[in-house]
Amino acid sequence: MYANLPFIMVGVIAIIGIATLVFKKNIIKIIMGIALLEAAVNLFLVTLGYRHDSVAPIFTDAPSTQMVLPTVQALTLTSIVIGVATMALLLSFAMIIYKKYGTLNSEMIKRLKG
Amino acid sequence: MLHSIAKHIPALTVAIPLLTAFSVPVVGRFNVKLRNILVVLGTVLTSAAGLFLAYLVFTQGSLTYAFGAVSPELTVPPDSGGIPIRIIFSIDAFSAFMVLIVSIVGMVSTLYSLSSEKMRTGQDGFFSLLLLLITGVIGMVSTGDLFNLFVFLEIASLSGAALVAYRIDKGIAVEAGLKYAMISTTAGLFVLLAVGIFYSQYGSLNMAVIADKIQFTQLDMFALVFLIVPMAMKCGSVPMHLWTPDAYSRAPAGVTAFLVVSSQASLYVLFRVCFSLFNITMNTQVFGWIVIIFGVLSMFVGVTMALPQKTVKRLMSYHAVSQTGYMLLGVGVGLATLGNPEALNAYGKTAMVGGVFHIINHALYKGLLFLTAGAVIYATGKRNLNELGGLGHTMKYTMVFFLVGAFAIAGMPPFNGYASKFMIYESVFKFNPLLAIVAIIVSILTLASFMKVFHSMFMGPKLPSVGEVREVPKPMLVSMGVLAVLVVLGGLFPDIIIKSVIEPAVNALLAQGDYIGMVLGGQ
Amino acid sequence: MGAFETLQSGFGFWNPFVWLGVFLLTMLIALLIRGLGTKKYKPGTPQTKPFISGNREENIEQLHVRAGNLYWGFLESMKSYYKHVVRIHSGMISDYLLWLFATMAIILVIGIYL
Repeated sequence: MYANLPFIMVGVIAIIGIATLVFKKNIIKIIMGIALLEAAVNLFLVTLGYRHDSVAPIFTDAPSTQMVLPTVQALTLTSIVIGVATMALLLSFAMIIYKKYGTLNSEMIKRLKG
Repeated sequence: MLHSIAKHIPALTVAIPLLTAFSVPVVGRFNVKLRNILVVLGTVLTSAAGLFLAYLVFTQGSLTYAFGAVSPELTVPPDSGGIPIRIIFSIDAFSAFMVLIVSIVGMVSTLYSLSSEKMRTGQDGFFSLLLLLITGVIGMVSTGDLFNLFVFLEIASLSGAALVAYRIDKGIAVEAGLKYAMISTTAGLFVLLAVGIFYSQYGSLNMAVIADKIQFTQLDMFALVFLIVPMAMKCGSVPMHLWTPDAYSRAPAGVTAFLVVSSQASLYVLFRVCFSLFNITMNTQVFGWIVIIFGVLSMFVGVTMALPQKTVKRLMSYHAVSQTGYMLLGVGVGLATLGNPEALNAYGKTAMVGGVFHIINHALYKGLLFLTAGAVIYATGKRNLNELGGLGHTMKYTMVFFLVGAFAIAGMPPFNGYASKFMIYESVFKFNPLLAIVAIIVSILTLASFMKVFHSMFMGPKLPSVGEVREVPKPMLVSMGVLAVLVVLGGLFPDIIIKSVIEPAVNALLAQGDYIGMVLGGQ
Repeated sequence: MGAFETLQSGFGFWNPFVWLGVFLLTMLIALLIRGLGTKKYKPGTPQTKPFISGNREENIEQLHVRAGNLYWGFLESMKSYYKHVVRIHSGMISDYLLWLFATMAIILVIGIYL
């Protein structure tokens, strides 16, 4: 049970993120929900690589040769960078919408409908 | 020299637009004419590389390219124990078919945008984003590695969203871009979750290695759903299609023609996952019928929502949703009969050929229709159909191109829409007659809505409220003309296209063993 | 010649020469019917003006049938369908995300039990 705790936390953070995405009305809070979902997926990727009683995957002066998986750490780094770019784009869109529409309520930002 | 270019061509198709995209803002700072020449040169070279790649694959068989190896063919290094350890581009006939579409539509779209965006500011950003979008789409269809697919998917989504919001339009275009970016990012996160699930079970990110070892466990079913539903969302199938009318109607016209191709690259990923990764290990009946239901819903809801629309580009984007339904229906019938070899040979394969042929036909005639709508908006400045009328007196070329596109989308001979729809109707009828009847009704409603657009835009007397309109500039006419000629040629001679391009693509999709053998070397 | 062969779909066929032949025949019949009409007319007299049964001719803006009026009958008869479907296309971003998650949940449930 203790070993599965990171995976349970992934589920909890993802559900909080999805609930924020779907139920909140402020655009900035919806973007925060996307960031939470991203954090959950990154945590999932890093947790996949963990092996019991293992050290960091660096060969120089390694205390033992049992190491965690390094590939998923590379995947997570790439995903974090993609997340930064996405957040920058979404937040700059939110800024321009606030300047032009005057509101950040997603129920008012529906000029494109039908 | 030609041989060494041919050896490295899969990397060149991605490297050329990427390098051009990053040098466009630098050159644009000093000289505008030089920047336009650089953009044209970059796009022409990319299209030439894409066409050469397609020619190589269709004549000589599939190509692979391992990045960072001593020699590009070294996909499985001798000391790795039989595992491909690098990022590999694996281009079989279906990937080459998609690269062919991207090459043609990319060049036409850039040529059109050079002329239609001439009077606007921020063109440096526009062209570098367009080249990045081309890079993203070519990378998405050529790669053989799941995480690389995710990275190129995000490149294409972010550049597409920024291009949709390019003309700020008092904030409406930015609203469309925000919606597109939000839903694409969420979809990308679920794809990443699926990639993580695959890595944890099979220890590799390479699609051929996973296809070799896959057994359909419960977790694999989760990964399949986390791949199918976001990819169906990205290509605009009901009930996740709500972003499509907003994004397509507010983007500049040349960009919309290329966004259609970007949606079809997501359709490519869907088919690649269903056929080459899973093939018969998954429950093909259930998932085939799920894809068919997506298709039928998209066709019907797309066309019935298109009829009452008042803006011409929003109407055309609902039709894009509807035509995606045809492709999903055709290939879904193929997927549903995958476990049943005599049904597959009798009508499943013809349905798949029809669905895959519809992909290239749709890219061509939908691109043509969006470019003509953009031309009308450029000439008159009005988007609402209730205010337009009588444009046929002065915009004769645009009217002819629009008519070619409208007949092609409605499925009239001798245009190419007829050739692919003919194959879909006849084979889906054998599978289940009700689906073919829905498809034919949708085709009739498509013709009805395009006759509405044609009458209200081009027919009737010259209205004084529209004002003096002149024909659009020559580069826009040339780009529309290229697409119109391809539409007519594809309709008159479909047999040669099917035998040389489509049937190899469908065979490559159905044969999972060939896909595995291409990367792992003869198993 | 490879380009001019017949396309077989297994149940029907398409051949561009056959289509061209039928097209030319139909054009010929249409030209014959057109030739049965009268050739002479006097321009500028009421022979060339539109005939509206003696009513006063209105100005050009009101003569052209606008796009919103063209398919009124079809749209009226399917009003109950359109009322529900247009309401779903609400324009709010949370609805778009809600449909994505709902579809994913439904297909997961179908996949687990079938």
